[in-house]
Amino acid sequence: MMNDSVWVALSLSLKVAFFATVINLIFGVAVGYLLARKNFIGKNLLDSVLTLPMVLPPTVLGYYLLVLLGRHGTLGAWLYEHLGIQLIFTWQGAVIAAAVVSFPLVFKPARAAFESVNNQYEEAAQVLGMGAWAIFLRVTLPLAWRGILAGVLLAFARSLGEFGATLMIAGSIPGKTQTLAIAVYEAVQAGQDQLANYLVLITSILCISVLLSVRYLSNHAFASR
Amino acid sequence: MLHFHLEKTLKAKQREFHLELNFHSDKNRLVIFGPSGSGKSLLLRLIAGLDNPDTGKIVLNEQTFFDKNQGVQLQPKQRSIGYLFQDYALFPHLTVRQNIAFGLEKGWLNPKENYPSTELDDWLARFSLQELQSQYPHQLSGGQRQRVALARALILKPQALLLDEPFSALDGFLRTKMRDELNTLQQQLNIPLLLISHDQEDLERFGDAVLYLEDGRQK
Repeated sequence: MMNDSVWVALSLSLKVAFFATVINLIFGVAVGYLLARKNFIGKNLLDSVLTLPMVLPPTVLGYYLLVLLGRHGTLGAWLYEHLGIQLIFTWQGAVIAAAVVSFPLVFKPARAAFESVNNQYEEAAQVLGMGAWAIFLRVTLPLAWRGILAGVLLAFARSLGEFGATLMIAGSIPGKTQTLAIAVYEAVQAGQDQLANYLVLITSILCISVLLSVRYLSNHAFASR
Repeated sequence: MLHFHLEKTLKAKQREFHLELNFHSDKNRLVIFGPSGSGKSLLLRLIAGLDNPDTGKIVLNEQTFFDKNQGVQLQPKQRSIGYLFQDYALFPHLTVRQNIAFGLEKGWLNPKENYPSTELDDWLARFSLQELQSQYPHQLSGGQRQRVALARALILKPQALLLDEPFSALDGFLRTKMRDELNTLQQQLNIPLLLISHDQEDLERFGDAVLYLEDGRQK
């Protein structure tokens, strides 16, 4: 019985972290590229605002998200009215919370990785007859992807451990929104020490393996050059 | 062969650089000569389309690349120009063969390591690069890198070859050797050649026509 609830929480955590990472991969790479290669008004402000999740308490983020996505929130009301979507107290809500919290961990390294790509390679591709998309896919991205991947893995680990914002948005419904991190809290509150030990051990092992992969990747980042 | 009149102002934090030129040449080999900071590289970039003038007109081989008044501004890929960067800009993540095949493959994916092309094989043979075709750029010597960069540009049959200080990254002996190679190559292909340099030797060898630049103006 105990094992059952552990696996439910674990698979939910993995599911949430996976989707949050996919979202961040797409938007983080796009924003990182934008900040590295384009100049526009408010660029520094955008970078700062997007970095906020790193320094704000997760509960504050969770509150912002509630205000935005709740039934009476700006976006939440629209989603419910037009699409019948309700994000609060769902695992999809937990995905959004995890994605927002870990977003800086993706776009920051992505920006740095794109900035480290010498612009001359892109110009060389231009003169060799390539259009913008071909240059991005054939030159820029391959030269930056290891740096990007390291950030993506970190974000995955961060999403696995997300607690504060997730609790505020998605609550703690066993089997529905109760992720590993939240299950640990509940187990300790309920005095189920053995369960807590078990959950903590699994979470730690998971995070250590992800961090080892990050280390491996960054050590080999430039080996192929 | 080449005609342009143009103006371009670059603004950095403290200083401002102004390029203003009016030039015409019918010779097949042109050297743009001047000290560093005279605007040589910028001029070459303008001709290749990597940058655009503020005003003026650029015509190469009777094709208008840029004309402010007519609103003509061809993309670099529409200009069909071979461009040799100062440090060659070989793609570090691709092998020699993939580098040379880069422009032949037009899609969103890079050419495979065994990209089939008899033309490519011919270029490898011409430059004695067959043994090195699976190597990566960082494994090559300076002269080999230059040959790969030349092959990568010339395989696309460009209408002109632009070279940015092509020999400055090479040491003395190799410089003489590569200069001879380029000379022979240019005569065999009979391709118009624009070379920028601050080396007297280049001037004597390739300067059928010369544009002397100093501080953004013709001297």
